[in-house]
Amino acid sequence: MTSTNPTAAGAQARKLSLGTTMRALGMLPALVLIAILFQLLSGYVETGTLTWSDGRFMAWNNLSIVAQQASINTVLAAGMTFVILTGGIDLSVGAVLAATAMLAMMTSLVPGFGMVAIVVALVAGVVLGLINGALIAFMRLPPFIVTLGTMTSVRGLARLFGNDNTVFNSNLPFAFIGNGTVLGIPWLVIIALATVVVSWLILRRTVLGMRIYAVGGNPEASRLAGIKVWLITLFVYGMSGLLAGLGGTMSAAKLYAANGSQLGQSYELDAIAAVILGGTSFVGGVGSIWGTLIGALIIAVLSNGLILTGVSDIWQFIIKGLVIIGAVALDRLRMSGNART
Amino acid sequence: MSDTPTAPFLEMRNVSKSFGHNRALTNVTLDFKLGEIHALMGENGAGKSTLMKILAGAYIPDAGSEILIDGKIIAIDGPMAAKQAGISIIYQELALAPNLTVAENIYLGREASRGALINREAMFTGAEVVLKRLGASFTAREKVAALSIAERQLVEIARAVHAHSRILIMDEPTTTLSERETERLFALVRQLKQEGLAIVYISHRMKEVYELSDRVSVLRDGNYVGTLTHHQISPEAVVRMMVGRDLSSFYKKEHDAHGSRGRAILSVRDISDGNRVKACSFDIHEGEVLGIAGLVGAGRTELARLVYGADPKASGAVAVDGREVVIRTPLDAVNAGIAYLTEDRKALGLMLDMSVSENVNLGVISRDARPLGFLNRGRGRQRTSAAIVATGIRTSSPDATVGGLSGGNQQKVLLSRLLETKPRVLILDEPTRGVDIGAKSEIYRLIDKLAREGVGVAVISSELPEIIGICDRVIVMREGHIAGEVGGTAGEITQENIMAIATSAGQQAA
Repeated sequence: MTSTNPTAAGAQARKLSLGTTMRALGMLPALVLIAILFQLLSGYVETGTLTWSDGRFMAWNNLSIVAQQASINTVLAAGMTFVILTGGIDLSVGAVLAATAMLAMMTSLVPGFGMVAIVVALVAGVVLGLINGALIAFMRLPPFIVTLGTMTSVRGLARLFGNDNTVFNSNLPFAFIGNGTVLGIPWLVIIALATVVVSWLILRRTVLGMRIYAVGGNPEASRLAGIKVWLITLFVYGMSGLLAGLGGTMSAAKLYAANGSQLGQSYELDAIAAVILGGTSFVGGVGSIWGTLIGALIIAVLSNGLILTGVSDIWQFIIKGLVIIGAVALDRLRMSGNART
Repeated sequence: MSDTPTAPFLEMRNVSKSFGHNRALTNVTLDFKLGEIHALMGENGAGKSTLMKILAGAYIPDAGSEILIDGKIIAIDGPMAAKQAGISIIYQELALAPNLTVAENIYLGREASRGALINREAMFTGAEVVLKRLGASFTAREKVAALSIAERQLVEIARAVHAHSRILIMDEPTTTLSERETERLFALVRQLKQEGLAIVYISHRMKEVYELSDRVSVLRDGNYVGTLTHHQISPEAVVRMMVGRDLSSFYKKEHDAHGSRGRAILSVRDISDGNRVKACSFDIHEGEVLGIAGLVGAGRTELARLVYGADPKASGAVAVDGREVVIRTPLDAVNAGIAYLTEDRKALGLMLDMSVSENVNLGVISRDARPLGFLNRGRGRQRTSAAIVATGIRTSSPDATVGGLSGGNQQKVLLSRLLETKPRVLILDEPTRGVDIGAKSEIYRLIDKLAREGVGVAVISSELPEIIGICDRVIVMREGHIAGEVGGTAGEITQENIMAIATSAGQQAA
């Protein structure tokens, strides 16, 4: 509709900017609501009354734990955001995390190579990501199939690295990443936030970022506009691999150990859930990294809160799944209100 | 009483529809009669599609709106209700399942069955009866995927007829048809009218509306402007109703059309794709508007895409400014100073979820970028505001998403993106398809201005009046060849001369 009427045009512009803000903030109200709910419920479990001050959820100590629990998923989900923005998917991040964690642990055991382990993990992550990207960009294979394949193969690789054993290093030189703090803030949280900020800079402030959105929105139009779609594809999967490698380093540092068969199991699903909760469109071209951060926090808050309120492990799964579906359904409903001709 | 041609079959009274603060339709009152072809005209964004979607049951009109069939108020609260009311719609984007047979498509949703089992034979025989009546040249057993666009349209019509629809709404049915297919469609539409159906014909094309319709109603900005009966219809009258003013000098040709032709900017030699484009050679000169005419399927778009590097070449060479350039990808073409406007701006041109500003700047962001590839957002904003003024884009804000703009404004956004790259050669593929009259004349003015600035422009168009109106020289394609040329020393640019070449010499076509 062409708005010739100036007041109508103004109202439309306001509505539009409000719409974009809502989209960016998206699930923030849900996050706040869930947090308040757990504060009250955690108190109720202890004392039998719904008093704010009895709650344990909002305690500084607990919030720090939640942030640390969210950190690795945030890093993986940031990489996943790049991929999903182009309309792709990366199922291999959990396996890549395990493989790179194994490599990091094994390198750290070589005398004199302690800190080099981090570089090894990151480089390995990039290489595995680029393999995904190359298969998708040059062989024109569907991302779901390619990363389903590498998920399985890389998981095998992770087990192979340690002969299917757990690798320990009680004297891990980069253990501070998993357990240290700076001015009271855990390294894990700093890394996760830095990842989000850098991702935001790339996506919203660089040529590359704008091209990622363009390719996700309309790949063929992007090609005709002179964009090297293959290069964008390589970049996003490389980025996802790099961040999975970073996640591997963080996991290893936290645990002083890595196990090829157990580490990172189904992490890809949490990462995808965080991205989707954050309002990023599965078909690509629409979404924001801040939404992903909120999505990752919702998942961490749910896990932590359900434990605090004494919900059994089995029910935690059921509730988490339902909340994810419910939150996204709510989002769809809200968005469909803005439908235009 | 519905059989008497004077009593309306379907009436809309005070129909309004708002989306939030946006009023798409305001108190529209219209009626449609059986045995009548009623054309609906209006610029893009005038409310035609909203009105159609209300009749289809896709939108619920605002309170106070009334829709009557045979004088009785009915509620169209969903697609099923529309179907039961006898309303069928043939959309521009046909709604067929290409993997199914013609018969299965005709019976879709009302499959013939024997108990729980589908009765294919009954469906084939039933479908054949309808197809025969409509004069189809294909059988009910064919897969829809194997049919041409015109044939698929016929399947849609057959489906409507088979469902005993009383009113058939056609949305721009001829946009993708050749002249001959259009003639065939018209004959069919007239036949359906004779059989007593009410036809609502939505179109931008004055000639068709004049040829076909008994009455024309015009919408503007969501309001009903008026209705003309057949003998009152004239292009001037309808255009005045549509835009609310007279259009002086619709086609613009102020650049030096017949003066000394400049140097050849683009030279294409013996280009082929080994399939649909066969050894085509042509030049585009500095400051020239070259028309590329031909029937749909003659290979015009394929030729343009080949030159632009969108599809792989089998042979041939391209030179820009006399220097041969290797064009393997669209990026090579862009770097050589060639820009290409696709015929399908939504599927192949725009990023609909991105903003006007982002779409305009997409081609130049890396040129403008700061060190480390950071966006120069100030420069981008400047470019966008300048482009909005220069091409007359009407948008609530530079940050509005392109998907929400009307067709004409979307086209101007896409054109702006191309122009930002300062191309030497501009290839425009159906630049005014699905664009309203106001935007059309603005695009013509823009083409004229570019030619005056020395850009070489090629225009592919299926609308001959457009080609004749704006081009200095026209090459005509037929079956993948450049079959001839008109304009300059090669004869006058007329509809007859072009069609004679397009449909093989001597044999005159419509």
